[in-house]
Amino acid sequence: MAKPEDELTWQDLEIGFVVTEPGNARCYRTGDWKSLKPILDKERCVHCGLCYIYCPDMSYALDAEGFFIVDLNYCKGCGICAQECPTKAITMVPEEEE
Amino acid sequence: MGNRVGIEGSIAASEAVRLANTDVVAAYPITPQTHIVEHLSEFVNNGELDAEFIPVESEHSAMSVCIGSSAAGARTFTCTSSQGLALMSEIVYIAPVLRLPIVMVLANRSLSSPLSIWNDHTDVMSIRDCGWIQVFVENGQETFDHVLWAFRVGEDRRVLHPVIVNMDGFILTHTIEPVELLDQETVDEFLPPYEPLFRLHPDKPVTMGCFAMPNLYTETKKAQDEALKGTMPTILKGWKEFGDLTGRYYNPIETYEAEDAEVLLVTMGSFGGTACAAVDMMREKGKAVGVIKIRLWRPFPFDAFRKAAEHVRALVVIDRATSYGGPGGPVAAELRAALYGEEKQPPVINFIAGLAGRDVAPQDFERMADQAFEGTAKTRQEDYQIYGVRE
Repeated sequence: MAKPEDELTWQDLEIGFVVTEPGNARCYRTGDWKSLKPILDKERCVHCGLCYIYCPDMSYALDAEGFFIVDLNYCKGCGICAQECPTKAITMVPEEEE
Repeated sequence: MGNRVGIEGSIAASEAVRLANTDVVAAYPITPQTHIVEHLSEFVNNGELDAEFIPVESEHSAMSVCIGSSAAGARTFTCTSSQGLALMSEIVYIAPVLRLPIVMVLANRSLSSPLSIWNDHTDVMSIRDCGWIQVFVENGQETFDHVLWAFRVGEDRRVLHPVIVNMDGFILTHTIEPVELLDQETVDEFLPPYEPLFRLHPDKPVTMGCFAMPNLYTETKKAQDEALKGTMPTILKGWKEFGDLTGRYYNPIETYEAEDAEVLLVTMGSFGGTACAAVDMMREKGKAVGVIKIRLWRPFPFDAFRKAAEHVRALVVIDRATSYGGPGGPVAAELRAALYGEEKQPPVINFIAGLAGRDVAPQDFERMADQAFEGTAKTRQEDYQIYGVRE
């Protein structure tokens, strides 16, 4: 979409509110739903990718060094990655505490 | 051009659906709509209509199928009544938002309970605010004409709205009348193939029926409202063009003996014909009475109504439904609102009559009009009378 949603007027909307561009769910950043965020301890990570497989929001992506890194713009803080991590490399911490 | 035949109103409706080269019919039989859907299934079975006939398991599914097929670009028809409409209603509201020009004939019938299969307008009034274009017809000919008109107007790029053609159950669906059918050539001239603006097609994927957050929902509702109001010029153009082709002209508000009338009866649907007969009877006795027939219910033709109504001493509005605990008849409530604050504001006497098929004869219309002449009836927003009820 050309404009952010908050600036769209009723005249800007497509007829029938049809969405003509695929993949624009990424415009909706669900990351601000969370109260806990996952922190990765790279020392303990064995690169198994279970966090990537289990993440219900597909928020994990492989980086150049071979680590699966969460995108906090979309992570809702559910904690499934931390629960499933076999080496306990991921811990959930309150977001305000860095 | 046309062949004048004696047929049932239901058959007239299905003949129009056949002549419209409808692609998909999805409907569930329910009294008094049954003959329409039966006849359409015969057409498809006999190869007289090249359509997909989808015998769904409920009206909820019927409208869901209609939305899917219309979204794929198919000319789509359904029909229902009463409880069927109630079951379908969840999906009915979705079609206009997606701007899908489905045509539905609603064979108007009362809602349960008590169970009744006969005619009134409680079914359509339950979905008054569903956002479809809604018209009422008065006889078999108007039914035939309006099914074709509904496809033509609904599918117009400036409209892209679903259309409900309301025909009174039994009174119109089961009455055999002379109807002039149009030949295929004339229908094809009036009704070009449907060319959707968007369609569900793998070559150009789109999302229909998506989610809207609070920051967009208000804008969608404004756009929906403006879109429905904006259909009026094309609705009028559709009637004009149909009239030029067939000699049968229609208008959002139609009148009979109204110009010099002191009292006007206001009706929707098949009441119109009886009210006109009542007017003829009363005119012979020197009573200055006329009729306003509301053909177009949504979008409501405010200006045309006021123009037709404002000069009289009183309006007698006859409803076939009640807003329980509220302002009485939904039509009267709306007309009172339409007149409120106007310079000329004739009082509205509201009768609820003809519920569940109870006959309303010309003499009944005369008795209602007499109350207007006597000036005794109460006419505040919440004043109405259930006509003929045994006390």
